[in-house]
Amino acid sequence: MGNIIDLRSVCCPMNFVQAKLALESVENGMVVEILLDDGEAVRNLPRSLKFEGHRLLGLKECEGHYILTMEKVAE
Amino acid sequence: MSEKRVKTTIDMKNLKAGGFIKERDKDLFTVRLRLPGGRLPVPRLRKIAEVAEKYGVEFVHLSVRQSMELIHVNISDFDGIIHELGEGGQKVATCGSRLRVPVACGGCEYNPNGLLDSQASALEVDEKLFATPTGHHKFKVAFSGCPFDCPKAAINDVGFIGAVKPELDRDQCISCGLCAKTCAEGAIEMDQDTKPLYYPEKCVSCGDCVKVCPVQAWIEKAKGYMVYIGGKWGRHPLVGTKYAAFLPAEKVVAFISEVLAWYREKAQGLGRIRLGKVIISEGADSLLDHLRNSFPDYVVETTLTHRVLENK
Repeated sequence: MGNIIDLRSVCCPMNFVQAKLALESVENGMVVEILLDDGEAVRNLPRSLKFEGHRLLGLKECEGHYILTMEKVAE
Repeated sequence: MSEKRVKTTIDMKNLKAGGFIKERDKDLFTVRLRLPGGRLPVPRLRKIAEVAEKYGVEFVHLSVRQSMELIHVNISDFDGIIHELGEGGQKVATCGSRLRVPVACGGCEYNPNGLLDSQASALEVDEKLFATPTGHHKFKVAFSGCPFDCPKAAINDVGFIGAVKPELDRDQCISCGLCAKTCAEGAIEMDQDTKPLYYPEKCVSCGDCVKVCPVQAWIEKAKGYMVYIGGKWGRHPLVGTKYAAFLPAEKVVAFISEVLAWYREKAQGLGRIRLGKVIISEGADSLLDHLRNSFPDYVVETTLTHRVLENK
């Protein structure tokens, strides 16, 4: 797999924009792990990525932060 | 004394709904423009700027309730300004003891939190009830598309807040846990089988669970407006209380009309009095019963006791 986008300590709206830019170089259908802080980031970013058309797969807590797993879905 | 007196002519029918507010200085008025929901298409914005400039208006004021007000308009220019704004589709608002132009947030069209189309509701109410005389006092209406409630629904005579009642289809659920993490109210927790448990008493009907769910396991069981009645701010603030839940958008005009009917009747002989004060003297049950006749499926059992906030 190896696709990890680390957005810890990146605030809104930079976290969404960075995710969007990073996802541009990911191949369609690939699974990506996105590292998110607790709080605003983990509450808002998953929904925003879903609205962008990607497929959310899961969320797990890991040593004080969260790992969102999603599949890139290109338009 | 042979000076010729200039006679100002003004078409009175243009002034019937109000919207012209006397300023301090002689002959000068503020002209309040009618912008339901605060939405102003760019061509109309351009037309307003053009007319304002022509009549010497140097600045506009963006009012607290989403109007654009033309400042320092001379009374002799009323007819010209109204006519020219009208060519661009721009009308004048209202004032006084009438139903005011509704305010609204952007709603669900483009805001990710929006649940209901608050803009469409504001437009519909403006179209059908604009400047309806109340016989007593002003009557303010606001629409919030979601429980974030940016327009502050409960400080209006009738305020609407978009809401969703979520329901889980456990068979569809993939146990991702996103809903539990997304819920800011602690209304969803993951249970031992790693399926979500829902606590409706904590739920504020924001629909975040429905929006984040990747597989549509959370669905909208009901969708409509929570309705708050009797609010106002000003010298003696009153916070409106909840009278109806999940009222469908298409019933909004009929609902407001029933509130107005009750207000007109119960405030008879009380002079210039706001709806909230009438509720305090009549008791909320009277209004609840009245509304229940027409909206039995949506009116709540009881509501909180209205109280003036003595915060001055």
